[in-house]
Amino acid sequence: MSFEEIISTLSDQFGNDSFSELENSTPKGISLKIEQLVEIMRFLHDTEGLYFDSLSCLSGLDNGPEANTMEVIYNLYSIPYNQHFTVKVTLERSSPKLPTVEPIWKTADWQEREAYDMYGIIFEGHPDLRRILLPADWEGFPLRKDYEHQEYYRGIKVEY
Amino acid sequence: MANEIQYIFDKDNLKKSEPGKFSTDQLKRDEMIINIGPQHPSTHGVLRLEVISNGEEIVDIAPHMGYLHRCFEKHAESLPYNQTLPFTDRMDYVAAMNNELAFAMGVERMLGIQNNIPKRVEYIRVLVAELNRLASHFIALGTFGMDIGAVSAFFWMIRDREHILRMLEWVSGARMLYNYIWVGGLYYDLPVGFEERCAQFITYLKPKLEELEQVLIQNKIFVERTANIGVLDPQLAINYGVTGPMLRGSGIKYDIRKADGYSVYPEIEFDVPVGKGEMGTIGDCWDRTSVRMQECYESVKIIEQCLTQLTGDHKRTRSFDPRAAVPKKIRPKAQELYVRAENPKGETGFYFRADGRSDIPFRCKARGASFMNLSVISALAKGSLVADLIAIFGSIDIVLGEVDR
Repeated sequence: MSFEEIISTLSDQFGNDSFSELENSTPKGISLKIEQLVEIMRFLHDTEGLYFDSLSCLSGLDNGPEANTMEVIYNLYSIPYNQHFTVKVTLERSSPKLPTVEPIWKTADWQEREAYDMYGIIFEGHPDLRRILLPADWEGFPLRKDYEHQEYYRGIKVEY
Repeated sequence: MANEIQYIFDKDNLKKSEPGKFSTDQLKRDEMIINIGPQHPSTHGVLRLEVISNGEEIVDIAPHMGYLHRCFEKHAESLPYNQTLPFTDRMDYVAAMNNELAFAMGVERMLGIQNNIPKRVEYIRVLVAELNRLASHFIALGTFGMDIGAVSAFFWMIRDREHILRMLEWVSGARMLYNYIWVGGLYYDLPVGFEERCAQFITYLKPKLEELEQVLIQNKIFVERTANIGVLDPQLAINYGVTGPMLRGSGIKYDIRKADGYSVYPEIEFDVPVGKGEMGTIGDCWDRTSVRMQECYESVKIIEQCLTQLTGDHKRTRSFDPRAAVPKKIRPKAQELYVRAENPKGETGFYFRADGRSDIPFRCKARGASFMNLSVISALAKGSLVADLIAIFGSIDIVLGEVDR
């Protein structure tokens, strides 16, 4: 199924207003609202002909304090149909929250934990949202653009 | 400086920084918590597995990682693209060439120069990447054998891997972390005489591979130890984001070299081996190991075809400059791009966001194949025996550098 066909399938199901096409994105994709995220993701995963059975990559992203937004980007891939798709949601930077997609793709479990670890994005409904790579008592979220690391960690100077 | 306090010890430090997921209060009768790692040979690095066991049976597993976290993504956001390239070597450090290839491909696609790369450069890239894939599979097969008690295969594999590392050292100057594949080209052309040496090595290697297959893979003790153990259902594997030899071991014929056809792979003939359940069930530990073994033969085929091309149609010339297409300034237009490539472990991907105003990526996310493959372990090993956990874990073939990045 080509990208245009995926878009028309989605707009038949959810209407034109529920999403907008991404510019300058490879693979092509859509940007959508948080309220419809799980619904549309489930549709993309289950529907015959789309069947995006693998969530290749889930990335958090911080646009910085001026833009005051964060993003979560989902790179989907369908193994039987060999097609790619990108889904993006934009979040408030002050309280970055969105529902989890872990019930659809189990791989989102660890990937969402990593996004939480690095950006402090809260995935609501996640079964086990803990830090995954950093120590549990680390302060702050390192990949935020305005991050400043703590001066000492257990007497070890963090600045090198 | 020497007299400064370097670390303030407190006996609760570990509990604060690495608290366990399970607590002793939730345990049922006869259950106990066992910690495997972080310092344990069979965890292949620094990984802590928190296991609830009931006698010999595993009830639940929680992996704890991050001991080797080196902030790849943070570094990438503060350095130009070409200077980030050496950091990718340190992710999957037993297959550094493959990481570089994926990263370089991504930046080339962002710049739109992916079609300007000379054919000879592409063939050399595939040649070194496949040599490195062999080296990585040798580590996987050797250490897996050692995990379950077959030590001699490990020494043989390390011996043959050393040949590859020395050849790659000859090419790039470094044993493991090469920085050889550059954005738009290569560091240098192949050294004079490399093609002949590589052909000799392939002649040497072929009987060794057969020997390994007979002694390790077809060995009755090995088969008994791995067949029907850790059976991975293909649907579950895809849902958990498992890729590479592990997914192919479950019978899914999916290889990104075929699916995407990047670099010169479409011009090269090779098969994609899948697990068939010859010794037990499809998707057991034996199938995964067998797929790696078969992939070694396929890599040898690819290397031979590359050598034919590199001594034939795209042979060495005096005027050939591997840096001809290397851009002087890497400043992609504002865009986002996800690139992926088939690593020995599975799908390695990079997600880039460029803002079009600087030489530094706005965001560079690395998708580690080992990270995703490891996430399936709690589903895979639940209900098996503690001794089988080591076999299952070894057959996943992770590199902690790529798990933690």
